[in-house]
Amino acid sequence: MLIAFYVAAAVAVLATILAVTRRSAVHALLYLILSLLAVAVVFYLVGAPFVSALEVIIYAGAIMVLFIFVVMMLNIGEHATEVETTWLRPSTWAWPSALAAILVVELIYVVVRGARPAGAMRVITPKEIGISLFGPYAIGVELASLLLMAGLVGAYHLGRRAYREEDRYGADTDRRRVVSGDDAVRAGSDRTSHAA
Amino acid sequence: MTLFALGLIGLLTRRNLIFTLMSVEVMLNASGLAFIAGSYQWGQPDGQIMFVFILAMAAAEVSVGLALVLQFQRRIPSLDADKASEMRG
Repeated sequence: MLIAFYVAAAVAVLATILAVTRRSAVHALLYLILSLLAVAVVFYLVGAPFVSALEVIIYAGAIMVLFIFVVMMLNIGEHATEVETTWLRPSTWAWPSALAAILVVELIYVVVRGARPAGAMRVITPKEIGISLFGPYAIGVELASLLLMAGLVGAYHLGRRAYREEDRYGADTDRRRVVSGDDAVRAGSDRTSHAA
Repeated sequence: MTLFALGLIGLLTRRNLIFTLMSVEVMLNASGLAFIAGSYQWGQPDGQIMFVFILAMAAAEVSVGLALVLQFQRRIPSLDADKASEMRG
């Protein structure tokens, strides 16, 4: 099990190095997802299966989907198809697939050897985490919900402003441009007053 | 530790905003890994709870950050963080 831990850690570090040095954002995201999956394997091996599942679901699932959506939105254009054909070349996905294959082999090895992560002193169960989370850490849960609410409202606000400015490319451009320019100036001053 | 250092290097060297956000994610992940290691060392669930909080914080941070990136790209048609120097005094 110790060798599995070291292999997963090496995959994580390698994937992160490759992620921060790539030139294209999509390649970097591919390596970043791989890095998160490797870290999830490390979590499982040190006796934190619940957190490992959370890492895969929330980090590698939800947050990375957000990143990919934004990257795809920023790449809209007439050259999108040729960019996509460049991304789908084998040299792009060969290395991430190789690293992911290492993780899959490791997963099979761990499952075959036995369900319990053997490297751990003591496996901390989800039940234990839940009892502690809603016992002494209940105020932290409330604060996290407050933070998520603030994040939701903030993201909605920023996205809505952006959407309205996009209107200026629509019909009757001249009048609309004057109006939206005024609006943009007002939005900017609004934001600076918020920041202050 | 190494992951945190890599995230910091990425944050300092890359000028693209998407890469900046990704580096912040790597750094948060590394701090979460440190918490899990502490949880393993002492056999207590507290470190994992801290990781859950870090996860919630990262989700909120990345949603606001990506909305800001979209807004930035609409205002200044680029993703270069150095272009956003209009507020220079």
